[in-house]
Amino acid sequence: MKSSGERPVVDVAFQGGGAISAAEKVDRAKVLQRLRLGDTAFRHLTRAAALAVLIILSGIIISLIYGSLPALQKFGIGFLFEESWNPVTEQFGAIAPIYGTIITSLIAMLIAVPIGLFIALFLTELCPMWLRRPIGIAIELLAGIPSIIYGIWGLFVFAPFLQQYVQPFLIKVFGNVPVLSTLFEGPPYGIGVLTAGLILAIMVLPFITSISRDVFDAVPPMLKESAYGLGCTTWEVARYVVLPFTRVGVIGGVMLALGRALGETMAVTFVIGNAHRISGSILAPGTTISATIANEFTEAVGDIYTSSLIALGLILFVITFIVLAFARIMLMRLNARLGT
Amino acid sequence: MAIMISGASSPLYATRRRKNVITMALAYAATGFGLSWLALILGVLFYEGFSGLSLRVFTEMTPPPGSAGGLLNPIIGSLVMTFLAVLIGTPLGILAGTYLAEYGRYDKLSSVVRFINDILLSAPSIVIGLFIYEIMVAQMGHFSGWAGSVALAVIVVPVVVRTTEDMLTLVPDTLREAAASVGLPRSLMITKVAYRAARAGMITGVLLAIARISGETAPLLFTALNNQFWTNNMNAPVSSLPVVIFQFALSPYKDWQDLAWTGALIITLAVLALSITARFLGSQSKKS
Repeated sequence: MKSSGERPVVDVAFQGGGAISAAEKVDRAKVLQRLRLGDTAFRHLTRAAALAVLIILSGIIISLIYGSLPALQKFGIGFLFEESWNPVTEQFGAIAPIYGTIITSLIAMLIAVPIGLFIALFLTELCPMWLRRPIGIAIELLAGIPSIIYGIWGLFVFAPFLQQYVQPFLIKVFGNVPVLSTLFEGPPYGIGVLTAGLILAIMVLPFITSISRDVFDAVPPMLKESAYGLGCTTWEVARYVVLPFTRVGVIGGVMLALGRALGETMAVTFVIGNAHRISGSILAPGTTISATIANEFTEAVGDIYTSSLIALGLILFVITFIVLAFARIMLMRLNARLGT
Repeated sequence: MAIMISGASSPLYATRRRKNVITMALAYAATGFGLSWLALILGVLFYEGFSGLSLRVFTEMTPPPGSAGGLLNPIIGSLVMTFLAVLIGTPLGILAGTYLAEYGRYDKLSSVVRFINDILLSAPSIVIGLFIYEIMVAQMGHFSGWAGSVALAVIVVPVVVRTTEDMLTLVPDTLREAAASVGLPRSLMITKVAYRAARAGMITGVLLAIARISGETAPLLFTALNNQFWTNNMNAPVSSLPVVIFQFALSPYKDWQDLAWTGALIITLAVLALSITARFLGSQSKKS
């Protein structure tokens, strides 16, 4: 790459460095003028493209606000706290989908964060060198599988499995425990909040793993070696050296995964059950913001219905924007520290 | 320290060792857990998908429920929309990435664009669908393949911006200085020298973007919608593989569900092939 890039440049130098006659000077001025023009044009073109990225973002925000105005004007701030979602009477409230979005993401993070961190620990400290790349790639392939595949798999394979084996067991075990019994109440539907949370956990696992692995790898070997030299066990090195050093990066990675989980649409739509209510039981069907939009948008009739769905989209975008911005700031802080 | 040296039999040492063994076992278990999901998902997908895979899938249209058919129109629809999305999104992404890496590496504007781009990179794709619905479908009054392509292009841009910038940043400055020292204008220095040095990485970025959008469903649901028939008209609703899978999988008809599995297998194979190629290219470009 390097040599092939350099060679033509050297040729140009030889041609340009030769003696220049007076007649050629005029041509040369013309060529230079043209190059100068092309240069400015290219510069402005790239700048415009960079600005286009900003325009896309502001376009998203403006169009969502514009689209949700009718609903927001009709329901006001109460839209955020109202539970009913009734297309017939045109009464819409966002709290049930918001609740579903948050609770499914919470379940996902509770499961995926510890497992993701342990996999990253395995990949950086325990795994033999020759296996690191294949296992790392395999985990990242999980992230490459389109979400619709998780959806169809969740609906036809995972949900029936949970319904037959896992959920009856959960109901039996926790049925008599005071607080937990409400969490695991009701018949085993198979589809529901818990199933969606579990699928999301599998989906965000690779994000947590790959970012944690990268930041774990960035820990200066000197630090780890001195801890090992003092006689620390692998776990102690991970817990008291690696984790404190990379905390900001790990939090960034976790937030990034959370942003994904909050906005994930297709996988959740398949297995959540689409019920517009808040249930104390995580076995019950529920809905999320993205699942509601995906299910109802094309069927929505009337301005208020459509507008309410767009307002849901706006809420989702604001939530994920905050989470993702926080994630980026965390990761930038880590990079700043590693860069120095 | 003295406690530790005092011997392997001391209780503290045993506790620490036990803790270590337990957590390390957990690390092994977690990795096994993660890998088993991949195996489970791919296993079921191959089992269910291959049984329905035949030539007919690639030569016949989507059937009405109860009769046999294929996936020709959604496959073509997906290919065309993906192609158009890449055609729109890649130049924009490469130019923006060029600005970030070459012209405004330390600009205030660049740091803002970089930040916003990173957020767009993981923004919920359904919101992008809503955005394109608002600016295209609602304005034109009907769903169209163009709207679907533009929605996918919006997803392509941040991926390409990111990889282009990263790859151009990796190009050694000595190359740029050599080009400048022989009087090459900056634009030519970028297009003839920097792009060439970063080419493999930039292609990787485009491949990753294609892999990303070929499975996207949410932004197509209310932009391109769906179409049961063959269409050459990008101004009309166009069917796509992910949307057809969504529709067929949730239907109560057995043969539709079977076709959904086959479609899922086709998409997954395509995406995995793309991401493995991209990874291979990426590791090649790092070596040279």
